[in-house]
Amino acid sequence: MSSETEELERLATREYKYGFVTDIEQDAAPPGINEDIVRFISAKKNEPEWLLEWRLKAFRNWKKMDDPTRRPAPQRWARVDYPEINYDEVVCYSAPKKGGGLASLDEVDPELLKTYEKLGIPLEEQKMLAGVNVAVDAVFDSVSVATTFKQKLADDGVIFGSFSEAVQEHPELVRKYLGTVVPYNDNFFAALNSAVFSDGSFCYIPKGVRCPMELSTYFRINAMNTGQFERTLIVADEGSSVSYLEGCTAPQRDENQLHAAVVELVALDNARIKYSTIQNWYPGNADGVGGIYNFVTKRGACRGVSSKISWTQVETGSAITWKYPSCILQGDNSVGEFYSVAVTSGRQQADTGTKMWHIGKNTSSTVVSKGISAQNGQNTYRGGIKVLKNASNARNFTQCDSMLIGDQCGAHTFPYIDVRNSTSQVEHEASTSKIGEDQIFYCNQRGISTEDAVSMIVNGFCKEVLAELPMEFAVEATKLLGISLEGSVG
Amino acid sequence: MLEVKNLHASVEGTEILRGVNLKVNAGEIHAIMGPNGSGKSTLAQVLAGHEAYDVTDGQVLYEGEDLLELKAEERAQAGLFLAFQYPVEIPGVNSSYFLRTALNSIRKARGQEELDAMDFLAQAKEKMKLVEMDASFINRSVNEGFSGGEKKRHEIYQMAVLEPRLAIMDETDSGLDIDALRIVSNGVNALRSSDNATIVVTHYQRLLNYIVPDFVHVLLKGRIVKSGGKELAMELEAKGYDWIRKEFADAEAVSA
Repeated sequence: MSSETEELERLATREYKYGFVTDIEQDAAPPGINEDIVRFISAKKNEPEWLLEWRLKAFRNWKKMDDPTRRPAPQRWARVDYPEINYDEVVCYSAPKKGGGLASLDEVDPELLKTYEKLGIPLEEQKMLAGVNVAVDAVFDSVSVATTFKQKLADDGVIFGSFSEAVQEHPELVRKYLGTVVPYNDNFFAALNSAVFSDGSFCYIPKGVRCPMELSTYFRINAMNTGQFERTLIVADEGSSVSYLEGCTAPQRDENQLHAAVVELVALDNARIKYSTIQNWYPGNADGVGGIYNFVTKRGACRGVSSKISWTQVETGSAITWKYPSCILQGDNSVGEFYSVAVTSGRQQADTGTKMWHIGKNTSSTVVSKGISAQNGQNTYRGGIKVLKNASNARNFTQCDSMLIGDQCGAHTFPYIDVRNSTSQVEHEASTSKIGEDQIFYCNQRGISTEDAVSMIVNGFCKEVLAELPMEFAVEATKLLGISLEGSVG
Repeated sequence: MLEVKNLHASVEGTEILRGVNLKVNAGEIHAIMGPNGSGKSTLAQVLAGHEAYDVTDGQVLYEGEDLLELKAEERAQAGLFLAFQYPVEIPGVNSSYFLRTALNSIRKARGQEELDAMDFLAQAKEKMKLVEMDASFINRSVNEGFSGGEKKRHEIYQMAVLEPRLAIMDETDSGLDIDALRIVSNGVNALRSSDNATIVVTHYQRLLNYIVPDFVHVLLKGRIVKSGGKELAMELEAKGYDWIRKEFADAEAVSA
């Protein structure tokens, strides 16, 4: 082993910057997942009867379903491997005692405000940097603790806030769209979420409104043994547009924690939704101890003509990532996009990709996936392109690139293509490259350290995807990629 | 400035350099010539700090310090520059960003203030003129899709921006047409000063018509077997390497 490699190995035991725990009084449900818990959560949130019924239906379905990642091959879904989760030990609901729900910022526990400041997300509007044009909904464990710029958004008719609040204030909208993109029995994890989801964000952009600022939700898992089951629903009415970002972090713990979220997007005629994710859950340590199990169902429906949904994700965290942000291209001329960077180092495993269902005529989709594997990381791209019979002139372009750093990691690509219309056109391009020692030496010879070189080369590799992120977040993502891969070249 | 003493280096167990001695002073240009496989590029790579080569014996002093103790980036920060024979492509990283990162890494290591994008650009544009490079280059990915000649000009442009004290040019002339050769040479000559030194590694005497060396060394089987002035290069051009091979073989036979 060269001295350079040794130094890099040392650096590889990087610090997870967001691994701290907030000491705060919590109000939690007893562990386990059963009908009583479902009723407990629903009652906590003072939910209408129909929503409780919906949760119970989901719960009863979930009990009958099996975990798709645990089936024997070849029925097994996803190339991930982890010990069985004991659902009797999972705490579904945990909320800070003070604040949460409908509290104004003044009532929020100062400890919480400090937590978000420490994470770089100040919640007090006056503290935000001039020129920052982002409204934030902060979700702490199971509840939303604060939403910024609500009033300013309301002036334009934009509804943005916690899911629980939306259930109280706009039940007709929630009821109309909830579960219409991801049904309660869609899959094991989505059914689980539907039964016990505790909070999340809700967003509605009225007809013809271009949302005046970026919307974002910052998810933080804090309590021990707590699963986070949040649900996000974004509806863009005719001719409206919105850009939305989610960020995620969690404390550093030796126990694995479950995160099973559902995100539903609905775009009506000529509406546009851009959804960006920077996922930085605690990935576990170098030996694979601890970390978040991230099992997420994200799906958008381009219901209206000429609507567009664009997913961009930068996945650097979690012990296991299992997610396929997808688009149902129902409206004629609708457009679906998926831009992804997934990094696995240490013992991280990611099985991620997208599905594009072409249903309407002249629908088009673009998929650009960049997978980076380092150390013992395993990175899988799984993509499904489906062109139905009536989807005349559908078009898809998929580009799937993998980069390997070191010789202990793996990159895997599983594209599924199913075309039932002869006028459609589907393209798939794939490449695999190894970060070259010669590239690193070239940078070193110009005075650039190996760490900076890796970061630069990886960012270059991901350029097309990073370019899709809103400006403020592209900078964060660029830094994050550097940190995630620190010391992984051997 | 540079003193190489009895340098031995091997790659994967095969000894390539077998006792190189070389002394370079500030203000001088040294040409290292020799047939294929004589160890010219290895010498350049070893001096630059490539990890694939093991130094098994000898010493290299640079500005009185032990060069071999330094990591590749530290050598660069200390003012050593290698113009690569085969410049490496870095997809997605634009040339301007790359070079500014390089310059700022070097400046930082020297305790100088880093340059912002605007200041850097102003400086870079001046240097581009030196090698007659089109301004569009700086927005292209490092070496990606460059022609052979463009890559070599890009190397000299980087050298102009980084202003090294010791530049090593590894077969910069290979793959260059006559116009590009002139442009590259003009650039190198313009950068020449009494403070810096250049080692030109080449197969052919042709380049030395443009970049006139103070000393010419012939490297053969991992050793410098003959040194002289620029007229030695002419002699090699006229007579080839065989006579030196013979002379060297005789000398080896005597010493054995």
